[in-house]
Order: sequence, then structure tokens, then C-alpha cells
Amino acid sequence: MSATQGSVLVRVENLKKHFPVRIGAFAEQKATVQAVNGISFNIHQGETLGMVGESGCGKSTAGLTILQLYRPTSGKVYYQDTDLTLLEEKQLRLLRPKMQIIFQDPYSTLNPRMTVGAAISEPMQAHSLVPKNKQDARVAELLSLVGLGHNYANRYPHEFSGGQRQRICIARALACEPEFIVCDEPISALDVSIQAQIINLLQDLQDELGLTYLFVAHDLSVVRHISDRVAVMYLGQLVELAPKDVLFARPFHPYTHALLSAVPKPDPTYERNQKRVILTGDVPSPINPPSGCRFHPRCPLATERCTKEVPQWNEIEPGRWVACHEVTSPNVDTSAVFSKKHKRPDYKTKIKNW
Amino acid sequence: MTVLLDVKHLQTRFKSRKRYIHAVNDVSFQVHEGEALGVVGESGCGKSVTMLSLLKLLPPAARIEQGEAIFNGDDLLQMNSEQIRKVRGAQIGMIFQDPMSSLNPVINIGTQLSEPLRAHLKMSKADAWERSVQLLDMVGIPEPRARLSDYPHQLSGGMRQRVMIAMGLACKPKILIADEPTTALDVTIQAQIVDLVKDLREELHTTIIWITHDLSLIAGLVDRIMVMYAGYIVEEALVDDLYTDPRHPYTIGLFGSLPDLGGQQRRLTTIGGAPPNLEAIPTCCPFVPRCKYAIDKCKIENPPIKPISGSGESLHSIACWVDIRDRREA
Repeated sequence: MSATQGSVLVRVENLKKHFPVRIGAFAEQKATVQAVNGISFNIHQGETLGMVGESGCGKSTAGLTILQLYRPTSGKVYYQDTDLTLLEEKQLRLLRPKMQIIFQDPYSTLNPRMTVGAAISEPMQAHSLVPKNKQDARVAELLSLVGLGHNYANRYPHEFSGGQRQRICIARALACEPEFIVCDEPISALDVSIQAQIINLLQDLQDELGLTYLFVAHDLSVVRHISDRVAVMYLGQLVELAPKDVLFARPFHPYTHALLSAVPKPDPTYERNQKRVILTGDVPSPINPPSGCRFHPRCPLATERCTKEVPQWNEIEPGRWVACHEVTSPNVDTSAVFSKKHKRPDYKTKIKNW
Repeated sequence: MTVLLDVKHLQTRFKSRKRYIHAVNDVSFQVHEGEALGVVGESGCGKSVTMLSLLKLLPPAARIEQGEAIFNGDDLLQMNSEQIRKVRGAQIGMIFQDPMSSLNPVINIGTQLSEPLRAHLKMSKADAWERSVQLLDMVGIPEPRARLSDYPHQLSGGMRQRVMIAMGLACKPKILIADEPTTALDVTIQAQIVDLVKDLREELHTTIIWITHDLSLIAGLVDRIMVMYAGYIVEEALVDDLYTDPRHPYTIGLFGSLPDLGGQQRRLTTIGGAPPNLEAIPTCCPFVPRCKYAIDKCKIENPPIKPISGSGESLHSIACWVDIRDRREA
């Protein structure tokens, strides 16, 4: 499970995905949503790379664009040594079995008219991976692999709970023996006690089958639990990438710092005494993102330069990437600067006067 | 501490075709003046339906079968629609989960915010508008006067939830019920809202009932917690007691399911199986199929909730036949 030992499986270089906003009868292009705007990173064989960010930051789009389910606007995605962005649909199809995806909502991603067995065997048929007479046996094997009874193959999705459906989706993703799986918020639609079951299942499968995950989620404690390295996204760009332990112990980017500080812990004493960093304002729209560093309007550290210049994506320590003008070397103590400059919004006087 | 709200043996069920869904079963609890009470449970455990029952905001398919809820000497459940309307918003405010669907999209913020002020406090239109400016300012909305003529779709999710909070507090209610108010929001926005509610509570001394599924979120927010499962309260304790010494197997399971923030353990402890369907009132403990501590008695009789021995004043109560302390090592 060591992150840095595996060879690079997926290499993403300056990947961009922009969506046009079309309005009116002639579909005139009014604006562009810069959902993913230049991200670069590697995913190593056998690791789990967690990708976190708030809703609308482009983390799901990034996952889909890497798999070429969206064709990128520009940039490169290498799978082993193949450049996926140059391949045509037909050639890409030969590689698809190796790269699979698990979606967020297990209710809308299973066809209600297909039995579980049919859903799981469809990828095998599509890619002619398993001879017809052996498919039933393979379905049964996959079902037991994800912790469901093999006799479930003849049932329909409505007969299952959310957690069981997600297991079926996982079995379907495993049907063509993939190497790389994008998990796009696979547990956010599930209850807490069921979430834990699915997380354990994903980890067991990784150990057993040597899978590589890109785990997209907004829940930081889950990402911390499952990932080897964590990438933090803000408004279409990566702001920080690091092995999880160092990232959680000492976040460098001011956004990461605020994001981690915002996560509550199940500990009453800690929570009562915790001085939380409260960011002001909302995430800006990706249609018209702020100039320079996209985080600067909410950043307590922001200077003149941040409003003009886009910060470079720098490796400031081996394996540790940050995009920030202010934090440029590992010697900068973000939390100290933060506590000096950060102002907590003052509601109390207003409430008193009310 | 004076008891502000006293709920006894509340039972609510839904009728769908020929079946009944027993959403809330024999739920009794008290809310004290000035306290913050957390209600925790997974989806479908009856936590929202319990609170909606109190304000008679249930959908038509639901019926309150029995119980009483004494508030200010009157039974909320016996009130007619005229009487309960005087309580809603004025005495007991409520904030809902999804601020988009609970604000009217075709009426501007100012008119919606003025409505409770004019209805309950009999304010003039102009006075209510002025008070609305103050309210928005108080919940941290910049340029409050300009925002009053905006429509809900012009505000972000966090801003809308602030409007909902302002609306819930407009008439200075004695109790504010918050039904998962941050679930639809991002974590940095959630932190803003929680921060605001903490300050509001300190300054206004409003009694708060906070419904959530997130044990981390309410740890620093509330004084006391009720854990619900399958329409029953299974554990009730002061917040520190619950987090340091949970006693019901379900509560213990919930804590085990949370990824450790130390991030060290490799596997999460899980609760096997899934929550039961609620079509029949169980004759056994509803948690039995998922419980690893179950004994024979659990399969025959549903345990009532009662204080655990030695809990004294704090009234740490569980609905369980087994004393976990004897079994934990086993």
C-alpha cells in the first residue's frame, strides 16, 4: 500500500475541461464554465488517491474527464504509456475494461428493468471477456466477492437497499477485471452504518485484486481513512497534493487549512474549545472565476500579487505540491500566519442590538 | 431547570394502501428551558417525523395515533389548526433541511421574512421590513437591505439557509427546531452556519432541538443527545456521557462506523445488515437482527427505555436488556 513505490499508472498533464453555456434559439455561446482548469498529477499503481473539494469544484468532472467519459478541452491523460486523449472511441473501447467507475447514486445507476445478473454480465458481453456458458458462474463469483448471496442474480434492483445496490454497482465495475477504478462519491448517498461497510469492502477488494482507486469525495474523514495521498481541489484547480498523513498533520495551502479546520470531530470537549477557521463568503462561480489565484477573495493571506498572478503548481517538498504565492517553502507555517491574520466574523454585537 | 416541552408516548404512523409504516413508536422526552437537545439517527429512524408531529406539520398520510406534548400547559397534539398556527413560528420555530424547497421561489426574501412578523407580532408592513433588515444583518448577510428584494434563486445555499434561520428566529420563539440544517451545505459553509447558531444561542438563550445524522457535527453544539432507531429512542444521555461511554449497541456501532480522525485504523467496525422496515410493531428489540450482544430475552421482548444503574442525576438511559459493560470484552 505504499504510495510512492508503485509505478505510475495514470498521468494527468494540464487537463482542462470547459463547458459552453448556450443560450437562445441559435445556441449562441454566452459563457464558459471552467469546470476543470489545468490539473496535473500522477496516480501510482495500487494506491488510492483521494480527491476532495466542495460541491462544484470540478472533482467529479476531473474523474470523468480522466476516463474520457468527457473529452477534455485540452491537456493529456496517459494510461501507462498510452495517451487516451488521442485515441478514437473504437480504440478507447479496448482499454475501457481496465478503467471502470462507481457512481454516487446507486438508485439511478442501475436499470430497474434489468436483473442484477444481467447488469453484472453486460460488461462481460460488451467486451466479450467471458464465454456465455461461464457467465453465470462469474456473476455468482462477483456477487460473493462483494458480499452478496449468489442467488441474488435473478432479482431486480428495487428489491435491494441502498448499500446492497452500491455493492451491485461495485460488482458490475469489477466484472471486466479492471486495474483502475474512479470512485465518484460512492458512499455519500448512504447511511453512516452502511458507509462503513462499503469503505471496508472497497479496501478489501483493493488488497485482494491490487486495484488502483481515484476516490472522489467531499467527506474529509472518509478520504483520510481510505486514501494514501490526497489532492485538494478548489474551483477547477488543484491547490495542494500530498501524502495524507502530512497533509492532515500540517496543511500548507490556506484553503486546505480552512477546509480541514471546518471538519467537526466526534469529541465534545474538542469541539467546544476548538477555534475554527471560518472562511467568509461562498465559493465563486466557475463561469466567471476570480482573477489570479482563484482563492484570493476568501483568503486571509492574500496580497496584491494574488489578485493578478496565477500561482504556480510547485513541488515544495518531495511528493508535496502546493499552488500558492505565500506558501512557497516548507518553512512557512500556514497555521501561525492564519491565526495572526484571520478575523472571525462578529455576530454577537449584532445579535445583542437586535 | 424548568421543563419547556414534555412529550409522552408519542406514536405516529403512515398509512400506505393496506400497510402501516410505524414511523414513531412510544417516544417520550423532555426539553428543558435553555438547553440544546440533539436528535441523532439514520434516515428513516423517525427523528424528523417526531418533530413534525409536534407542530402538526405531517403529510396527509400520517396520523398521530396517541401521545401528548405539553408546551406552556397546553397539549400541542390536541390543538386545532387555528391554535397550532399561533404556536408555529411564534413559540416554536423550525428550520428545514433544504432551504431551496422551503422558501417560496416567486416571493422575495423581504416579504417572506415579514410574513411571520406581521402575522404573529401584528407589525405594520414598514416595521416588519425594517425588522427584516436587522434580522438579515444579524445572521451575517452582507448588504441586508438590498437582499430583501432578491428572490431565493439569487442567493447561494448558505445564504438561503441564513435566511431560513432569520425566519425561524423572527418572532423570538422559545424553541427552535433545526432539522438537518447543514446537510445540503458544503463543509466550510456548514462551519459558518454552526458558528452562527452557537453565537445566537449564547446571546438569545433560545432552546434548540437539532436533528442530524452527523455525530461529529453536534458534538460541540448540544448539551444532551437522543439516539433514535426504528422509531424508538434507544439511548439518551448528556453529550459527554454519550461520547465517552455509549451504552446501547447501536450507538456503539454508530461511533465505530466513523472513520477515526487519527486516521490510523485500517478497518472500520460496522453494523451488519440494514435498518428494519417499519411495517410491523416489533415484538422483539428492533435492533436484534444487527446486534452482536443479543441474548434470548432480546428476541422475545422489546426493552423499554430506562436510566442505567448508577447514572444518578444525569439520567443516562438506554433501551437494552444487556449491560454492555459485562459483555464488551467477550
